[in-house]
Amino acid sequence: MSFVEYSDFIQDGDVAIVYLGHDSMMPVKVQKGAQTQTRYGVIRHSTDLIGQRYGSKVTCSKGGWVHVLHPTPELWTVTLPHRTQILYTTDIATITMMLELKPGSVVCESGTGSGSLSHAILRTIAPTGHLHTVEFHQQRAEKAAEEFKEHRVDHLVTVRNQDVCKDGFGVTGVADAVFLDIPSPWEAVRHAKAAMKKQGGRVCSFSPCIEQVQRTCEALADQGFEEISTVEVLLRVHDVRNVSLPLPDFGPDPSSQTESDAAAAEKAPPNHASVTIKTTTPPREIPGHTGYLTFATKPRT
Amino acid sequence: MADNGDDDAQYRIKGGDYVVLKRGDIFKAVQIQPKKKVIFEKQWFFLDNAVDHLYSTTFEIVSGGVLQPKKLKDAESSTDTKEAGTDNRNIVDDGKSQKLTRDDIETLKEQGLKGQEIIQQLIDNSSTFKDKTEYAQDKYIKKKKKKYENTVTILKPSCRILAMMYHGREPGKICHLRYDTLAQMLTLANIHAGSKVLVFETCAGLVLGAVMERMGGYGSVIQMYPGGGPVRAGVESFGFPAHFHDMLHEFPICHVNALLAGTLDTTAKEPSADSKQSTVAEEKEKQNQPEAEQQGSPEEQNMETNSGADDLEKEQKEKRKEAKAQEKKVKLEEKRKKLAAAAALLEGRNADGLVIASRFHPCPVLMGLLKFLAPSRPFVVYSQYKEPLIECYTKLKEQGGTISLRLTDTWLRHYQVLPNRTHPLLLMSGGGGYVLSGTTVAMDRSKSAGSQRAEEPAPKRLKLTDTEG
Repeated sequence: MSFVEYSDFIQDGDVAIVYLGHDSMMPVKVQKGAQTQTRYGVIRHSTDLIGQRYGSKVTCSKGGWVHVLHPTPELWTVTLPHRTQILYTTDIATITMMLELKPGSVVCESGTGSGSLSHAILRTIAPTGHLHTVEFHQQRAEKAAEEFKEHRVDHLVTVRNQDVCKDGFGVTGVADAVFLDIPSPWEAVRHAKAAMKKQGGRVCSFSPCIEQVQRTCEALADQGFEEISTVEVLLRVHDVRNVSLPLPDFGPDPSSQTESDAAAAEKAPPNHASVTIKTTTPPREIPGHTGYLTFATKPRT
Repeated sequence: MADNGDDDAQYRIKGGDYVVLKRGDIFKAVQIQPKKKVIFEKQWFFLDNAVDHLYSTTFEIVSGGVLQPKKLKDAESSTDTKEAGTDNRNIVDDGKSQKLTRDDIETLKEQGLKGQEIIQQLIDNSSTFKDKTEYAQDKYIKKKKKKYENTVTILKPSCRILAMMYHGREPGKICHLRYDTLAQMLTLANIHAGSKVLVFETCAGLVLGAVMERMGGYGSVIQMYPGGGPVRAGVESFGFPAHFHDMLHEFPICHVNALLAGTLDTTAKEPSADSKQSTVAEEKEKQNQPEAEQQGSPEEQNMETNSGADDLEKEQKEKRKEAKAQEKKVKLEEKRKKLAAAAALLEGRNADGLVIASRFHPCPVLMGLLKFLAPSRPFVVYSQYKEPLIECYTKLKEQGGTISLRLTDTWLRHYQVLPNRTHPLLLMSGGGGYVLSGTTVAMDRSKSAGSQRAEEPAPKRLKLTDTEG
């Protein structure tokens, strides 16, 4: 197992995702002899996990069962331990395409936060790219580095514990793309520019507040960035449901006298007639705002 | 800094390159060909002069359709105006504020004035310009720039640019797949280097190209195609290096049933195989592509048997026929090899990802192709319409073997960000299509164990039975 390469069987030391049910998942570090408690009972790693195929059904001690999945950045995003507010897959997908990430890309990111985006970036730039991620909070930086190691992507990433606004990314002229998710991105724009290849590249800043966007766009324009464009992208989930719609009873219709009474009675809907349709309903509440994504192109300098 | 020259080689435009032309938000994909007239935004020009310039260079189109690299920053400063009004109370739309007539402007153009100079003339001859607010002036200049500036920027193609281009220019060709929806699909399907991905698309090759870009030449992509042959003109526009095409395989969906049943015959025949066998292969070929060029040969044969007049001519014809047959045989053999290679990749039923985006009903496509995925692998199905995906969802729930099913679409809004004038753009896309995503899991033993056992197990599965047995 690695976050950048699939394997078929669960091995000692892997991180597996236990799927308990709809939107209920947990990551598990697979260790010989270890046990994991779930609401369906205990999973014994040595017998229930190690050597099993990813995607198989595992029966827990109380007789309930779960599926064990191969980790992916997307599963990690919904199961990771939150140390900060994180980026979710809808924004991550948009960022990945608009930053033009692909295998071999060199990317700078700040802050690392809980590593949700970092894992997605690493997946996309492997096996030949590199991620330089900067986090000003020491424990968070250490924890992220530890996770990258556990997820076997540490060869693709350098974690730096410094303040990007003051000290930049620690590299110059190497990045194809830069991503900023910090409180004052406008203070890091010049560092972003310095970190990027002279041939140019793409930059993205994620900010929840429009005032931040305003200042960042100004800074980007001042630094000579082009094609500055701000978007917002939201996910709309459609829950598939069987819906029953009752039919109204208007009583017997005297105008349709042509048919015999018996036939008319037969045709009239019975008291509790209804029609069942398959449709979708929106969830009652959805995330209505995550942040604004500002993209720009750095021209050749 | 010393190796700059070398560094830039890959950033230079070369003859034969596939590039994207850009003006404002308008894109067009073209190939650089000598003396080829290109029409873009109602203007024609030649790309010959672009060769050896760097990508992302902006060119001015001068008389004779010649491209001339635009000097950096020769535009911005010239139209700085100091005077501005406070509001629009004194501005009346009487059509008299612009003193230049259409003809005047045409004359200016003929005199060879550049876009920038024409705009300055327009401003100088506008009686209301100085009364407009600063913001309105900006807007005016922007609008005129769009109309009179004849520049074009030449870009290196990328998934982002091509997805935006197709969505803007020819959404019908890509089933109205919006770029952010494509972005969701690539991420949800966990497309990455080194995996084995199945793609079924009728989006001109955009989706296939996007998948190939994300795989960077590592792993394998199998295009499952309907009809006579794979359609992927859009893949060319990506301008991939040659080795990217080594990872691309193709398999006609008309053989999927045979492959699943284990009756698909792709075994190698001796090159010196007798004509009987080759005609069998030919028959097969005919079935594959009924509308293809097969028509010609049988008629030709008939003609010859009937005539038989001139011996010499007959001999020549015979020779030509032989050569043609030989050529055909080679082609057929190549095709068979390709089919066998793709079949071999599929047979293990251990693909890592499945991406469907087509004008076909997604339900049978999904049900047919899902069988080739290994357990614990993601799949995504795009449809322009929601209802067929509801059907897919229902069917998958009944059948089992998948979890985390989710039917979604994305809402995308662009913003104008300007000092004191920030707001969402007045127009936004009404919808970008729907995506059904999910993850495969091992089927219940009761349901599928029997059928899986019956098939020849993949090498990996053998190992499993070994350890279990």
